[in-house]
Amino acid sequence: MRAYTPKDNVQAKPYYTDRFYVAPQVPKQAVESDEVFAADLEAIKAKFEVSDAYIQVGQMVVYIHAKDNYGVLELLKDELQYTQLTEMSAIDWLAKENKFEIFYQMLSMNKRKRVRIKMFIENGQAVNSVEKLFRSADWSEREMFDMFGIEANGHPFMKRILMPYDWQGHPLLKTYPLQGDEFAAWYEVDKIYGKEARDIIGPELRDPARVDRYDSDRFARLGHEVPKGTVITGDEPKIEQSYQEEGGVFMIKKFDKESSVVIDDPQR
Amino acid sequence: MAQHKINYTQDGGLPVALTSIDKIVNWGRSNSLWALTYGLACCGIEMMASGASRFDFDRYGTIFRASPRQADVMIVAGTLTKKHAEFIKRLYDQMTEPRWVISMGSCANTGGMFNTYATVQGVDRIIPVDLYLPGCAPRPETLQYGVMLLQKKIRANKAGNAQKPKRLM
Repeated sequence: MRAYTPKDNVQAKPYYTDRFYVAPQVPKQAVESDEVFAADLEAIKAKFEVSDAYIQVGQMVVYIHAKDNYGVLELLKDELQYTQLTEMSAIDWLAKENKFEIFYQMLSMNKRKRVRIKMFIENGQAVNSVEKLFRSADWSEREMFDMFGIEANGHPFMKRILMPYDWQGHPLLKTYPLQGDEFAAWYEVDKIYGKEARDIIGPELRDPARVDRYDSDRFARLGHEVPKGTVITGDEPKIEQSYQEEGGVFMIKKFDKESSVVIDDPQR
Repeated sequence: MAQHKINYTQDGGLPVALTSIDKIVNWGRSNSLWALTYGLACCGIEMMASGASRFDFDRYGTIFRASPRQADVMIVAGTLTKKHAEFIKRLYDQMTEPRWVISMGSCANTGGMFNTYATVQGVDRIIPVDLYLPGCAPRPETLQYGVMLLQKKIRANKAGNAQKPKRLM
Protein backbone atom coordinates (compact mmCIF):
# COMPACT_ATOMS: atom_id res chain seq x y z
CA MET A 1 0.00 0.00 0.00
CA ARG A 2 1.12 3.55 -0.77
CA ALA A 3 2.62 5.56 2.07
CA TYR A 4 0.36 8.31 3.28
CA THR A 5 1.44 11.86 2.60
CA PRO A 6 -0.64 14.49 4.33
CA LYS A 7 -2.68 16.46 1.85
CA ASP A 8 -3.75 19.62 3.60
CA ASN A 9 -6.53 20.60 1.31
CA VAL A 10 -4.42 20.27 -1.83
CA GLN A 11 -7.48 19.78 -3.94
CA ALA A 12 -9.12 23.00 -2.90
CA LYS A 13 -6.03 25.23 -2.95
CA PRO A 14 -5.38 25.90 -6.64
CA TYR A 15 -9.01 26.57 -7.40
CA TYR A 16 -10.53 28.49 -4.58
CA THR A 17 -9.61 30.68 -1.70
CA ASP A 18 -12.21 32.25 0.52
CA ARG A 19 -12.51 36.00 0.11
CA PHE A 20 -13.49 36.52 3.70
CA TYR A 21 -12.58 34.93 6.97
CA VAL A 22 -14.33 31.62 7.37
CA ALA A 23 -14.36 30.06 10.78
CA PRO A 24 -12.57 26.70 10.68
CA GLN A 25 -15.38 25.05 12.58
CA VAL A 26 -19.10 25.42 12.92
CA PRO A 27 -19.73 27.41 16.13
CA LYS A 28 -20.56 25.42 19.24
CA GLN A 29 -23.03 26.25 21.96
CA ALA A 30 -23.03 25.09 25.53
CA VAL A 31 -25.33 22.20 26.33
CA GLU A 32 -27.03 24.29 29.02
CA SER A 33 -28.58 26.46 26.30
CA ASP A 34 -31.09 23.70 25.55
CA GLU A 35 -32.96 22.25 28.49
CA VAL A 36 -33.88 18.93 26.81
CA PHE A 37 -30.28 18.28 25.90
CA ALA A 38 -29.08 19.42 29.30
CA ALA A 39 -31.35 16.88 30.99
CA ASP A 40 -30.16 14.14 28.63
CA LEU A 41 -26.54 14.96 29.29
CA GLU A 42 -27.13 14.87 33.04
CA ALA A 43 -28.64 11.39 32.67
CA ILE A 44 -25.62 10.20 30.71
CA LYS A 45 -23.16 11.82 33.09
CA ALA A 46 -24.81 10.14 36.05
CA LYS A 47 -23.75 6.72 34.79
CA PHE A 48 -20.88 7.23 32.37
CA GLU A 49 -17.84 9.40 31.97
CA VAL A 50 -18.24 12.15 29.39
CA SER A 51 -15.09 13.82 28.10
CA ASP A 52 -16.74 16.59 26.10
CA ALA A 53 -20.22 17.75 25.14
CA TYR A 54 -21.60 20.65 23.13
CA ILE A 55 -24.38 21.62 20.76
CA GLN A 56 -23.59 22.10 17.12
CA VAL A 57 -26.20 22.97 14.46
CA GLY A 58 -28.96 22.14 16.91
CA GLN A 59 -27.63 18.68 17.70
CA MET A 60 -25.90 17.58 20.86
CA VAL A 61 -22.49 15.95 20.44
CA VAL A 62 -21.26 13.84 23.35
CA TYR A 63 -17.79 12.33 23.59
CA ILE A 64 -17.63 9.13 25.61
CA HIS A 65 -15.10 6.39 26.24
CA ALA A 66 -15.06 3.54 23.75
CA LYS A 67 -15.80 0.88 26.39
CA ASP A 68 -19.09 2.59 27.33
CA ASN A 69 -20.67 2.70 23.89
CA TYR A 70 -23.15 -0.14 24.43
CA GLY A 71 -24.22 1.20 27.82
CA VAL A 72 -24.67 4.76 26.61
CA LEU A 73 -26.72 3.71 23.60
CA GLU A 74 -28.83 1.42 25.78
CA LEU A 75 -29.48 4.31 28.14
CA LEU A 76 -30.41 6.58 25.26
CA LYS A 77 -32.72 4.02 23.76
CA ASP A 78 -34.47 2.71 26.86
CA GLU A 79 -34.67 5.77 29.08
CA LEU A 80 -34.08 8.89 27.02
CA GLN A 81 -36.38 8.00 24.10
CA TYR A 82 -33.70 8.10 21.41
CA THR A 83 -35.21 5.11 19.68
CA GLN A 84 -33.45 5.23 16.33
CA LEU A 85 -29.85 4.81 15.29
CA THR A 86 -29.99 6.62 11.99
CA GLU A 87 -26.33 6.42 11.09
CA MET A 88 -23.02 5.18 12.36
CA SER A 89 -19.58 4.92 10.90
CA ALA A 90 -15.97 5.86 11.53
CA ILE A 91 -13.62 8.68 10.58
CA ASP A 92 -9.98 8.05 9.74
CA TRP A 93 -7.73 10.26 11.88
CA LEU A 94 -4.75 7.92 11.61
CA ALA A 95 -2.45 10.48 10.03
CA LYS A 96 -3.24 13.10 12.64
CA GLU A 97 -3.33 11.17 15.90
CA ASN A 98 -3.31 7.47 14.97
CA LYS A 99 -6.95 7.09 16.00
CA PHE A 100 -10.36 6.34 14.58
CA GLU A 101 -13.37 8.39 15.56
CA ILE A 102 -16.61 6.42 15.76
CA PHE A 103 -19.92 8.24 15.71
CA TYR A 104 -23.47 7.10 16.41
CA GLN A 105 -26.21 9.43 15.18
CA MET A 106 -29.36 9.02 17.30
CA LEU A 107 -32.87 10.32 16.68
CA SER A 108 -35.73 10.77 19.10
CA MET A 109 -39.09 11.04 17.39
CA ASN A 110 -40.81 11.98 20.63
CA LYS A 111 -38.44 14.77 21.59
CA ARG A 112 -37.70 15.75 17.99
CA LYS A 113 -34.01 15.87 18.81
CA ARG A 114 -30.84 14.36 17.44
CA VAL A 115 -27.82 13.37 19.48
CA ARG A 116 -24.43 12.30 18.19
CA ILE A 117 -22.35 10.01 20.37
CA LYS A 118 -18.67 10.07 19.52
CA MET A 119 -15.67 8.15 20.75
CA PHE A 120 -12.06 7.54 19.80
CA ILE A 121 -10.41 4.15 19.43
CA GLU A 122 -6.81 3.24 18.79
CA ASN A 123 -5.71 1.79 15.49
CA GLY A 124 -6.42 -1.94 15.57
CA GLN A 125 -8.78 -1.75 18.54
CA ALA A 126 -12.22 -3.34 18.25
CA VAL A 127 -15.51 -1.79 19.39
CA ASN A 128 -18.48 -3.33 21.14
CA SER A 129 -21.26 -4.16 18.73
CA VAL A 130 -24.58 -2.36 19.28
CA GLU A 131 -26.38 -4.70 16.91
CA LYS A 132 -28.38 -6.16 19.81
CA LEU A 133 -29.85 -2.72 20.46
CA PHE A 134 -30.36 -1.47 16.93
CA ARG A 135 -30.81 -3.75 13.95
CA SER A 136 -29.60 -0.96 11.69
CA ALA A 137 -26.17 -1.36 13.24
CA ASP A 138 -25.92 -4.80 11.66
CA TRP A 139 -25.05 -3.56 8.20
CA SER A 140 -23.46 -0.33 9.42
CA GLU A 141 -20.93 -2.23 11.49
CA ARG A 142 -20.22 -4.58 8.63
CA GLU A 143 -19.66 -1.57 6.39
CA MET A 144 -17.38 -0.04 9.01
CA PHE A 145 -15.39 -3.25 9.05
CA ASP A 146 -15.31 -3.37 5.26
CA MET A 147 -14.26 0.21 4.76
CA PHE A 148 -11.99 0.80 7.77
CA GLY A 149 -11.10 -2.63 9.14
CA ILE A 150 -12.66 -1.87 12.54
CA GLU A 151 -14.16 -5.01 14.00
CA ALA A 152 -17.25 -5.03 16.21
CA ASN A 153 -17.14 -7.55 19.07
CA GLY A 154 -20.33 -9.57 19.41
CA HIS A 155 -21.57 -8.95 15.91
CA PRO A 156 -23.36 -12.03 14.55
CA PHE A 157 -21.88 -11.90 11.03
CA MET A 158 -18.68 -9.88 10.95
CA LYS A 159 -17.92 -10.02 7.24
CA ARG A 160 -17.41 -7.55 4.46
CA ILE A 161 -20.62 -6.08 3.09
CA LEU A 162 -19.68 -4.27 -0.14
CA MET A 163 -16.31 -5.49 -1.28
CA PRO A 164 -15.73 -9.16 -2.20
CA TYR A 165 -14.84 -11.46 0.70
CA ASP A 166 -11.38 -12.10 -0.71
CA TRP A 167 -10.57 -8.40 -1.08
CA GLN A 168 -7.44 -7.04 0.51
CA GLY A 169 -7.35 -3.60 2.08
CA HIS A 170 -9.97 -1.24 3.40
CA PRO A 171 -10.97 1.34 0.79
CA LEU A 172 -12.10 4.23 2.99
CA LEU A 173 -8.79 4.51 4.79
CA LYS A 174 -7.04 7.66 3.73
CA THR A 175 -3.94 5.64 2.86
CA TYR A 176 -5.91 3.66 0.28
CA PRO A 177 -5.30 5.02 -3.24
CA LEU A 178 -8.45 6.01 -5.13
CA GLN A 179 -7.51 4.04 -8.22
CA GLY A 180 -6.63 1.00 -6.19
CA ASP A 181 -3.41 -0.63 -5.10
CA GLU A 182 -1.60 -3.46 -6.88
CA PHE A 183 -4.09 -6.04 -5.61
CA ALA A 184 -7.13 -4.01 -6.72
CA ALA A 185 -5.69 -3.23 -10.15
CA TRP A 186 -5.31 -6.91 -11.03
CA TYR A 187 -8.15 -8.34 -8.95
CA GLU A 188 -10.49 -9.43 -11.75
CA VAL A 189 -7.67 -10.66 -14.01
CA ASP A 190 -6.04 -12.68 -11.23
CA LYS A 191 -9.32 -14.16 -10.11
CA ILE A 192 -10.69 -15.17 -13.51
CA TYR A 193 -7.66 -15.89 -15.65
CA GLY A 194 -4.85 -16.24 -13.16
CA LYS A 195 -1.73 -14.20 -12.65
CA GLU A 196 -0.09 -15.44 -15.85
CA ALA A 197 -2.72 -13.54 -17.87
CA ARG A 198 -1.49 -10.19 -16.63
CA ASP A 199 1.01 -9.84 -19.47
CA ILE A 200 -1.58 -10.65 -22.11
CA ILE A 201 -4.42 -8.49 -20.85
CA GLY A 202 -2.18 -5.64 -19.79
CA PRO A 203 -2.55 -2.93 -17.20
CA GLU A 204 -5.70 -0.87 -16.84
CA LEU A 205 -5.97 2.19 -19.04
CA ARG A 206 -6.86 4.87 -16.55
CA ASP A 207 -7.10 7.80 -18.96
CA PRO A 208 -10.17 7.33 -21.17
CA ALA A 209 -9.52 10.73 -22.79
CA ARG A 210 -6.17 9.60 -24.12
CA VAL A 211 -5.65 10.30 -27.83
CA ASP A 212 -2.80 8.61 -29.65
CA ARG A 213 -1.70 11.02 -32.36
CA TYR A 214 -0.04 8.33 -34.47
CA ASP A 215 -2.83 5.77 -34.28
CA SER A 216 -5.03 6.55 -37.27
CA ASP A 217 -7.08 3.36 -36.84
CA ARG A 218 -8.84 4.40 -33.68
CA PHE A 219 -8.42 8.17 -33.47
CA ALA A 220 -9.36 10.98 -35.80
CA ARG A 221 -7.04 13.94 -35.74
CA LEU A 222 -7.76 17.61 -35.73
CA GLY A 223 -6.08 19.80 -38.28
CA HIS A 224 -4.42 17.07 -40.29
CA GLU A 225 -6.89 14.40 -41.22
CA VAL A 226 -5.62 11.22 -42.82
CA PRO A 227 -7.54 8.19 -44.09
CA LYS A 228 -8.15 5.40 -41.60
CA GLY A 229 -5.25 3.04 -41.24
CA THR A 230 -2.61 5.36 -42.68
CA VAL A 231 0.83 4.89 -41.26
CA ILE A 232 1.91 8.21 -39.84
CA THR A 233 5.61 8.72 -39.57
CA GLY A 234 5.51 11.97 -37.75
CA ASP A 235 6.83 14.26 -40.51
CA GLU A 236 3.47 15.25 -41.95
CA PRO A 237 3.08 18.86 -43.07
CA LYS A 238 2.07 21.36 -40.45
CA ILE A 239 -1.38 22.74 -40.87
CA GLU A 240 -2.60 25.75 -38.99
CA GLN A 241 -5.37 24.82 -36.57
CA SER A 242 -8.25 27.22 -36.37
CA TYR A 243 -11.70 26.84 -34.95
CA GLN A 244 -12.83 30.21 -36.34
CA GLU A 245 -13.78 30.27 -39.99
CA GLU A 246 -12.26 33.06 -42.02
CA GLY A 247 -14.91 35.74 -42.36
CA GLY A 248 -17.37 33.66 -40.38
CA VAL A 249 -19.50 34.69 -37.49
CA PHE A 250 -17.30 35.40 -34.48
CA MET A 251 -17.91 32.50 -32.13
CA ILE A 252 -14.71 31.43 -30.45
CA LYS A 253 -11.49 33.27 -29.83
CA LYS A 254 -8.93 32.14 -32.31
CA PHE A 255 -6.93 29.21 -31.07
CA ASP A 256 -3.36 30.28 -30.56
CA LYS A 257 -1.23 27.21 -30.79
CA GLU A 258 1.81 28.99 -29.39
CA SER A 259 0.10 29.77 -26.11
CA SER A 260 -1.39 26.31 -25.67
CA VAL A 261 -0.05 23.75 -23.24
CA VAL A 262 0.48 20.12 -24.12
CA ILE A 263 -0.23 17.79 -21.21
CA ASP A 264 2.03 14.78 -21.49
CA ASP A 265 1.45 13.25 -18.11
CA PRO A 266 -1.77 11.21 -18.29
CA GLN A 267 -2.06 11.26 -14.51
CA ARG A 268 -1.44 15.05 -14.28
CA MET B 1 -31.36 -13.36 -51.37
CA ALA B 2 -31.41 -13.98 -55.03
CA GLN B 3 -34.98 -13.61 -56.12
CA HIS B 4 -36.23 -14.74 -59.46
CA LYS B 5 -39.17 -13.48 -61.28
CA ILE B 6 -41.83 -16.13 -60.91
CA ASN B 7 -44.99 -16.37 -62.78
CA TYR B 8 -47.28 -17.62 -60.13
CA THR B 9 -49.93 -18.46 -62.64
CA GLN B 10 -47.66 -21.09 -64.20
CA ASP B 11 -45.80 -24.03 -62.69
CA GLY B 12 -48.61 -24.62 -60.26
CA GLY B 13 -47.86 -21.30 -58.51
CA LEU B 14 -44.71 -22.70 -56.95
CA PRO B 15 -42.82 -19.96 -55.07
CA VAL B 16 -39.09 -20.40 -55.42
CA ALA B 17 -36.37 -18.39 -53.75
CA LEU B 18 -32.75 -19.27 -54.37
CA THR B 19 -30.17 -18.56 -51.72
CA SER B 20 -27.05 -19.96 -50.13
CA ILE B 21 -26.76 -21.79 -46.85
CA ASP B 22 -24.73 -18.96 -45.36
CA LYS B 23 -27.31 -16.40 -46.20
CA ILE B 24 -30.30 -18.30 -44.94
CA VAL B 25 -28.55 -19.29 -41.73
CA ASN B 26 -27.39 -15.74 -41.13
CA TRP B 27 -30.83 -14.45 -42.03
CA GLY B 28 -32.23 -16.59 -39.27
CA ARG B 29 -29.55 -15.75 -36.77
CA SER B 30 -29.55 -12.03 -37.33
CA ASN B 31 -33.31 -11.74 -37.15
CA SER B 32 -33.73 -13.63 -33.91
CA LEU B 33 -31.04 -12.11 -31.71
CA TRP B 34 -32.20 -13.05 -28.27
CA ALA B 35 -30.54 -10.82 -25.75
CA LEU B 36 -29.51 -11.68 -22.23
CA THR B 37 -31.11 -9.31 -19.74
CA TYR B 38 -28.03 -7.67 -18.31
CA GLY B 39 -28.89 -4.30 -16.81
CA LEU B 40 -26.11 -3.43 -14.40
CA ALA B 41 -26.80 0.28 -13.92
CA CYS B 42 -28.65 3.21 -15.46
CA CYS B 43 -27.94 1.96 -19.00
CA GLY B 44 -30.24 -0.90 -18.06
CA ILE B 45 -33.12 1.58 -17.96
CA GLU B 46 -32.39 2.62 -21.53
CA MET B 47 -32.11 -1.04 -22.49
CA MET B 48 -35.52 -1.70 -20.94
CA ALA B 49 -36.92 1.31 -22.79
CA SER B 50 -35.55 -0.14 -26.01
CA GLY B 51 -37.41 -3.34 -25.30
CA ALA B 52 -40.67 -1.65 -24.39
CA SER B 53 -43.45 -0.52 -26.69
CA ARG B 54 -42.14 2.87 -27.82
CA PHE B 55 -38.93 1.53 -29.33
CA ASP B 56 -40.02 -2.10 -29.53
CA PHE B 57 -37.14 -4.49 -29.94
CA ASP B 58 -39.53 -7.27 -30.87
CA ARG B 59 -39.61 -5.85 -34.38
CA TYR B 60 -36.00 -6.92 -34.79
CA GLY B 61 -36.65 -10.32 -33.30
CA THR B 62 -34.69 -9.24 -30.25
CA ILE B 63 -36.39 -10.68 -27.22
CA PHE B 64 -34.85 -10.44 -23.77
CA ARG B 65 -34.22 -13.76 -22.10
CA ALA B 66 -33.50 -14.29 -18.45
CA SER B 67 -31.19 -17.24 -19.06
CA PRO B 68 -27.80 -17.14 -20.78
CA ARG B 69 -28.49 -20.57 -22.23
CA GLN B 70 -31.28 -19.12 -24.36
CA ALA B 71 -29.46 -15.95 -25.35
CA ASP B 72 -27.36 -15.07 -28.40
CA VAL B 73 -26.21 -11.59 -27.50
CA MET B 74 -25.16 -10.18 -24.17
CA ILE B 75 -25.86 -6.46 -23.84
CA VAL B 76 -23.64 -5.31 -20.98
CA ALA B 77 -25.64 -2.27 -19.90
CA GLY B 78 -23.90 -0.49 -17.06
CA THR B 79 -20.98 -0.35 -14.68
CA LEU B 80 -19.15 -3.60 -14.19
CA THR B 81 -17.68 -3.78 -10.71
CA LYS B 82 -14.72 -5.96 -9.88
CA LYS B 83 -16.87 -7.96 -7.53
CA HIS B 84 -19.20 -8.81 -10.39
CA ALA B 85 -16.50 -9.53 -12.98
CA GLU B 86 -16.35 -13.26 -12.32
CA PHE B 87 -20.09 -13.59 -12.81
CA ILE B 88 -20.11 -11.87 -16.19
CA LYS B 89 -17.43 -14.30 -17.30
CA ARG B 90 -19.46 -17.22 -16.01
CA LEU B 91 -22.62 -16.03 -17.77
CA TYR B 92 -20.69 -15.45 -20.98
CA ASP B 93 -19.34 -18.99 -20.81
CA GLN B 94 -22.85 -20.33 -20.31
CA MET B 95 -24.10 -18.76 -23.53
CA THR B 96 -24.18 -21.12 -26.47
CA GLU B 97 -22.23 -20.29 -29.59
CA PRO B 98 -22.59 -18.31 -31.75
CA ARG B 99 -22.64 -15.49 -29.22
CA TRP B 100 -22.03 -11.79 -29.39
CA VAL B 101 -21.42 -9.05 -26.86
CA ILE B 102 -22.53 -5.43 -27.03
CA SER B 103 -20.82 -3.13 -24.56
CA MET B 104 -23.34 -0.40 -23.87
CA GLY B 105 -22.31 2.97 -22.48
CA SER B 106 -19.14 4.58 -21.21
CA CYS B 107 -18.87 2.49 -18.06
CA ALA B 108 -18.91 -0.80 -19.90
CA ASN B 109 -16.58 0.54 -22.58
CA THR B 110 -13.83 2.08 -20.46
CA GLY B 111 -14.99 2.29 -16.86
CA GLY B 112 -16.36 5.73 -17.69
CA MET B 113 -16.50 8.21 -14.87
CA PHE B 114 -15.74 5.52 -12.31
CA ASN B 115 -11.98 5.85 -12.37
CA THR B 116 -11.79 4.04 -9.05
CA TYR B 117 -10.51 0.91 -7.37
CA ALA B 118 -13.77 -1.01 -7.57
CA THR B 119 -14.70 -0.71 -11.25
CA VAL B 120 -13.47 -2.84 -14.13
CA GLN B 121 -11.91 -0.43 -16.62
CA GLY B 122 -13.74 -1.74 -19.66
CA VAL B 123 -15.68 -4.97 -19.94
CA ASP B 124 -13.32 -6.09 -22.72
CA ARG B 125 -10.79 -6.91 -20.03
CA ILE B 126 -13.00 -9.86 -19.15
CA ILE B 127 -14.91 -10.92 -22.27
CA PRO B 128 -14.45 -10.18 -25.99
CA VAL B 129 -16.71 -7.39 -27.24
CA ASP B 130 -18.18 -7.07 -30.73
CA LEU B 131 -19.71 -3.62 -30.52
CA TYR B 132 -19.09 -0.60 -28.33
CA LEU B 133 -21.91 1.91 -27.93
CA PRO B 134 -20.83 5.37 -26.80
CA GLY B 135 -22.95 7.50 -24.53
CA CYS B 136 -23.82 8.05 -20.90
CA ALA B 137 -26.33 6.57 -21.14
CA PRO B 138 -26.87 5.83 -24.85
CA ARG B 139 -30.35 6.60 -26.09
CA PRO B 140 -32.54 3.65 -27.06
CA GLU B 141 -32.01 4.72 -30.67
CA THR B 142 -28.30 4.08 -30.21
CA LEU B 143 -28.95 0.60 -28.93
CA GLN B 144 -31.37 -0.06 -31.80
CA TYR B 145 -28.74 1.11 -34.25
CA GLY B 146 -26.18 -1.03 -32.48
CA VAL B 147 -28.36 -4.11 -32.83
CA MET B 148 -28.83 -3.30 -36.50
CA LEU B 149 -25.07 -2.98 -36.93
CA LEU B 150 -24.63 -6.32 -35.22
CA GLN B 151 -27.17 -7.84 -37.59
CA LYS B 152 -25.16 -6.39 -40.47
CA LYS B 153 -22.00 -7.90 -39.02
CA ILE B 154 -23.63 -11.30 -38.67
CA ARG B 155 -24.93 -11.21 -42.22
CA ALA B 156 -21.55 -10.20 -43.60
CA ASN B 157 -19.81 -13.25 -42.16
CA LYS B 158 -19.96 -16.83 -43.28
CA ALA B 159 -22.32 -18.87 -41.18
CA GLY B 160 -19.96 -21.81 -40.78
CA ASN B 161 -17.03 -19.96 -39.32
CA ALA B 162 -18.92 -16.89 -38.20
CA GLN B 163 -17.53 -17.51 -34.75
CA LYS B 164 -13.85 -17.36 -35.18
CA PRO B 165 -12.42 -17.90 -31.75
CA LYS B 166 -12.80 -14.47 -30.20
CA ARG B 167 -10.63 -14.61 -27.17
CA LEU B 168 -8.80 -12.19 -25.06
CA MET B 169 -5.96 -14.56 -24.56
